[in-house]
Amino acid sequence: MAVAMSETDRETPLEASAPATSSGQDERAARFIDVRGLQKTFAGDGAPVHALRGLDLVVPEGSFLGVMGQSGSGKSTFLAMLGGLSHPTAGTIAVDGIDLYALPGERLADFRREYLGFVFQSFNLVPYLTALENVTLPLAVKKMPSAEKRSRALEVLERVGLADRGGHLPGKLSGGEQERVAIARALVNEPPLILADEPTGALDSETTVEIMDLFAELHHEGNTIVMVTHNPEIQRYFDRTIVLRDGRLDCELPACPVDTPI
Amino acid sequence: MTLLTVALNNLRRRKGRAAFLVAGLLIGVGTVVALISITQSMTGQTKANLQSYGANIVVTPRTKDVALSYGGISAGGVSVGQRSLSQADLARIATIPRHADISAVAPQLVGAVRVKGHRVLLLGVQPEQQFKLKRWWSVGSGHAPTNDHELIAGAAAAKALGLTMGDYVHIAGRRFTVTGVLSETGSQDDSLLIVDLGAAQQVLHEPGKVTLVEIAALYAGAPVDRIAAEIGAALPQAKVTALQEAVKSRQQAVDQFRRFSYAIVGVVIAIEALVVFLTVMGSVSERTREIGVFRAIGFRQVHITRLILIEALIASTAAGVLGYAAGMAVTSIVLPLVAHSAEVAWAPLLGLAAVVLAVAIGGLASLYPALHAGKMDPTEALRAL
Repeated sequence: MAVAMSETDRETPLEASAPATSSGQDERAARFIDVRGLQKTFAGDGAPVHALRGLDLVVPEGSFLGVMGQSGSGKSTFLAMLGGLSHPTAGTIAVDGIDLYALPGERLADFRREYLGFVFQSFNLVPYLTALENVTLPLAVKKMPSAEKRSRALEVLERVGLADRGGHLPGKLSGGEQERVAIARALVNEPPLILADEPTGALDSETTVEIMDLFAELHHEGNTIVMVTHNPEIQRYFDRTIVLRDGRLDCELPACPVDTPI
Repeated sequence: MTLLTVALNNLRRRKGRAAFLVAGLLIGVGTVVALISITQSMTGQTKANLQSYGANIVVTPRTKDVALSYGGISAGGVSVGQRSLSQADLARIATIPRHADISAVAPQLVGAVRVKGHRVLLLGVQPEQQFKLKRWWSVGSGHAPTNDHELIAGAAAAKALGLTMGDYVHIAGRRFTVTGVLSETGSQDDSLLIVDLGAAQQVLHEPGKVTLVEIAALYAGAPVDRIAAEIGAALPQAKVTALQEAVKSRQQAVDQFRRFSYAIVGVVIAIEALVVFLTVMGSVSERTREIGVFRAIGFRQVHITRLILIEALIASTAAGVLGYAAGMAVTSIVLPLVAHSAEVAWAPLLGLAAVVLAVAIGGLASLYPALHAGKMDPTEALRAL
C-alpha cells in the first residue's frame, strides 16, 4: 500500500524503495514493518543507556501486534522509533518499503501525517479544541476543502460512537470518551498503520473492553496496529504478541516461558 | 480547520494567557501612542501659536535710528525711518529660493496725519495680507477697507477721535468712511487709523513707497533666519530682522520634549519586545507536550513555527488597536494638564502606525520562540512515548 502525499508543500509522494510490481507489492505487504538490527543508546550524564540492543522484526500488513515487556524493556522507545519520532543509533526501520530514517528533512513529518495514526496513553488531546476540532487537527496542515475536513472528522467521530459529543472540550469528556476522540484523531487521515501506547492504561476495566473492541474492529477492517501495553488481559486481542527484555526481542507469546516478566 | 483556526481557538479559549500577551503589548503601544500624540498635539499648538503670533520677519529701511518699537515707528509717531522702501522692490521677495516657505508678505506705510485736531498714525496696508498676518485683528460687524475711501480705526484712536462705524473722516482733504473699529489688541495697533496702502501713499505723498514689510513664515519650524538672510540679499537697501519670539523658545521646549519622548519610546519598545519574548517563550515551554502531539500527528517544524507566529500576530494586532485607543484616552486626560489649550490630534496614521508597531514587535519578539518551538524534539515533548 503506497500512500500518495496529499500535502501540497510541493513535495513528491513518499516512495518505497521496492519496485511497484505485483510481486513487489506482495513482498511489501508481507514485510509491511521491517525492522533490522535496531539499536538505540541514550547518552545520559552517567553511563550510556542501551534502550534497544539490536531488534529484528517483520510484521505483515493487517497485523495486530502487541508489544509487552517490563518498564525499561525498550518497548516505548521502539514505538517512538517506529513512529518516526526518534532516530536509531544503528539499524533501519522500513514501513511499507519506506526506509524512515533515510527520508530527507521534514519528510519524516509527512510520513507521520500520511502513514501513521498515534494513540497516546494519556489521550494527549489539545485542551482548547473541541472533540471535533481535535479529530480534524491532523488535517489542519493539508490542503483540502474545509467541508471535506469536517465531514471526514464527523465520519470518524461517528465511527467511534461520539457523533453527539463533537462540540465538547476534552475537559468535559470522560476518560473513555477522550480515548475514543484520540482514536478518531488517529483514524481521520486513514493511515495504513496505527500506533498505540498503553491506550487503556488510564481506563477502568469496562471502558478498556469497549476501547479494545474498537481496536479489534479496526483490525478486522484491515488496519495494521502496533500496541504497547503492560496489561496481559488485552493480549487476547492481538494476533501476535512480542515480549521485549533489556532492549531485545525476548520471546513471542504464547511461546514464552511461564516466568517471562511482562 | 487550518492553523489559523487552531491559533484563534487557542487565543479564544485560553483567554488568560492571550490577555497577558495582549496586555503586555497594549501597555507599551499605549505609552508610545500617548507620548507621540501628546508631542504632536503640543507641536500643533505651537504651530498655531506661531501663526497667530504674526510676523517672523520685519523688513525696514536702513536708518540710523536704534530704538524702533514698531518697525520704525515710535509711540510718539514722529520717528519714522529716514528712507522708504520701494514697493516695486518687494517683488524681489518672491524670487528668493525659499519663497515657498512664506505665507504672507504685508507691506505697510506709516505716517503721522492730523485728524480732528489730533496727530495720529496712519497705517496703509494691503488688507488681505495684513489680516492674514494679524489673525487676531477683528472688526466685529464691520469690514476691512475694500477700496481707497474706506478706513478702520484702532480701538484707542476711535475712542480719542470719537469715531464709530459709518462716520466720515477727512485726512489731508480726502474723505474716508469708517467701515470698522478694531477690537482692542493691547498693542500699538490700537492707536492707528488703517487705510488701503494706495490711499495712504497718496495722503502721505509717498507714492510707491512702504515703510516696513512684515513677513510670516508658512509653518512652525520654517528656517526663518535663512529666509531673512535671503530677503536681505534680495533687498540690500533694507534691514531684515528675524524676530526671536517667545513661540520660538516654546518650539524649542516642545522639540526637547519630543526628543525625550522618542528616547522613552525606544526604551518602552525594548521592554515591550522583552515582555513579548518572555511571554511567548513561557507559553511555548508550557505547551511542550501539545507541540509534541502536533509533531507526532505530522505537523512540520514550519507548521509549528507558523502557528506560534500566527497567534503572536493576532494578539499583536489586537494590542495595536487597543493600545492606540488606550494611548489616545491617556492623551485626552494628560494633554489638558500639560498644555492647556492644546487639542487632541486624532491621527489615523498614528493608529495605523500603532498596529504596525505592535505587529512588528510581536512578530520579531516571537520569532525565536516560534523557531524554538518548531525545533523541539517530539520525543522530549511527548514524554509518554
